[in-house]
Amino acid sequence: MNGIALSDNTKAFLLSIALLVAMLGIWELATPAVKSAGELTEYEMLTGGGGEQARVPPPSQVIEKAVKELSNPFYDNGPNDKGIGIQLAYSLYRVLSGYFLAALIAIPIGFLIGMSPIAYKALDPFIQVLRPISPLAWMPLALFVIKDSQASAIFVIFICSIWPMLINTAFGVANVRKDWVNVAKTHELGQLKTAFLVILPAAAPTILTGMRISIGIAWLVIVAAEMLVGGTGIGYYVWNEWNNLDLTSVIFSILMIGIVGMMLDTVFAYIQRAVQFQE
Amino acid sequence: MTKPFIQISGLSKRFPGANGGEPLTVFENANFSIEKGEFVCIIGHSGCGKSTIMNILAGLDTPTDGGVIMGGKEISGPSLERGVVFQNYSLLPWLSALKNVTFGVRARHPDWSRAQVFEHSQKYLEMVGLTGGAEHRKPAQLSGGMRQRVSIARAFAIRPELLLLDEPFGALDALTRGTIQDELTRIWSGSEQTVFMITHDVDEAILLADRILLMTNGPFARVAESVVIDIPRPRERAEIIHQPAYYKIRNHLVEFLARRSKQLSGVRDHGGEPPVTVRPGAEDPDEQERRPASRPQLVSVAS
Ligand SMILES: Nc1ncnc2c1ncn2[C@@H]1O[C@H](COP(=O)(O)OP(=O)(O)O)[C@@H](O)[C@H]1O
Ligand SMILES: [Mg+2]
Repeated sequence: MNGIALSDNTKAFLLSIALLVAMLGIWELATPAVKSAGELTEYEMLTGGGGEQARVPPPSQVIEKAVKELSNPFYDNGPNDKGIGIQLAYSLYRVLSGYFLAALIAIPIGFLIGMSPIAYKALDPFIQVLRPISPLAWMPLALFVIKDSQASAIFVIFICSIWPMLINTAFGVANVRKDWVNVAKTHELGQLKTAFLVILPAAAPTILTGMRISIGIAWLVIVAAEMLVGGTGIGYYVWNEWNNLDLTSVIFSILMIGIVGMMLDTVFAYIQRAVQFQE
Repeated sequence: MTKPFIQISGLSKRFPGANGGEPLTVFENANFSIEKGEFVCIIGHSGCGKSTIMNILAGLDTPTDGGVIMGGKEISGPSLERGVVFQNYSLLPWLSALKNVTFGVRARHPDWSRAQVFEHSQKYLEMVGLTGGAEHRKPAQLSGGMRQRVSIARAFAIRPELLLLDEPFGALDALTRGTIQDELTRIWSGSEQTVFMITHDVDEAILLADRILLMTNGPFARVAESVVIDIPRPRERAEIIHQPAYYKIRNHLVEFLARRSKQLSGVRDHGGEPPVTVRPGAEDPDEQERRPASRPQLVSVAS
């Protein structure tokens, strides 16, 4: 049984590698080689490589860029030239602060809403109206009220991460099996103990699902938010490299966004598995 | 006249009908009592309201009418003095078997040390035969019988005044069932505990109970008879079948379940009469007259 599963995994892994090589091969072949710097005329260099630079770069060039960037990710040569590590760290800092602020509010409130059918009904219309608003739509208002672009970006993350966590927490809490609540009751547990010893563990898988959705959305939104507010962060970096017409850097940073997003998701998937239980 | 330990008076339970239809009256104006230290089994066909009565006794459900007084106090909610073994085990699936038991023990004895709680819980798990690593598994990794045993250990470990057992041995194999029945008898006879147990198994009820309550079919079910088990204790599984009273009682129960539970069902105006006390196993007819006053009507079907 185990042997078969392993060989299936191995097959899938080999197939992944094959697909990657094939895609990179097609991409490489589809992008004509760029003249090396030595072959460029003075004029071509001044205009940014005579159009060649603005072409989609081949993967070899992206890999070269990646090696260079990742070998020194934390350099800082002023506002417009910071290492990829620094940019990602700024983005992560904003995402995590907005996200944890949201969790700090969404989970307790979701808990209360889930416990009380009346609160659930009373707050539902607000949630239904606020939830579909694109988080970026809050940006002008945030900038006006908060008057600080950094804090506004964090606020946008806060507002986009709050809904999935709030809704999932309320749903998870409201749907805890009555049998388990009865166990708490027959053991004369107080409200606080019931909440922590029975309802929280029972609802944890649903709550974690909400938290995982939220972190995914937050990472999607931070790129757009940073493109708007500028200054630092991976979103700003992508936009800045686009303005420099450095598509190699753009593609490299797109890949980094994907990889960091995957790592965030993996962390939450791991926590989710830890609180999961089988009925 | 001393008051009984548990007095059920005028108890009715109606559930609202589906989609605003006729409400479902499970039972109406039920009156019966349980003495301190008594072992009472209740038998009736599926759906007659046994679990509903038990939930009311546990304080998890409220009656539509009437009430229950236990030890001089009205039952108004759940209490650690009433330990419940639920029909569907109701274990907490994210906790190991052992943790499920310590959960109860810790609630009962908040002042105990970790080691005390652990030791006490382990003792009861051993009693139900759950050892050798099985106690560290989660309920999902245990068989139905093992889960039921954890649930029994959890309730017993709390040592409540009243044990409420809803078909506790249903999922067990015959061997384990026997062991745990013996353990239950041992625990019960060595304590002041009162047991109220739902069962489907006539032989089990005769082996364990002082008295068996018989319920008619629902809706409008009622506790029609209270059958006294006149078999001396200690009762041995292998010996008991040789007692002359055994088959008289057994036949009476089977006959009730097969025929009269249906015939007597659906009677609405029974006037809240307590169940008729029956002693199919009594040898001396005179003895029947000496029954306590709380069981007013005496009918002997022993020939
Ligand atoms: N929450 C409920 N809502 C509506 N009907 C219920 C509910 N619980 C039980 N019933 C009904 O009450 C009757 C008695 O149920 P129950 O006490 O579980 O029976 P038993 O345990 O004797 O098999 C059944 O007809 C059942 O369908
Ligand atoms: Mg039942």
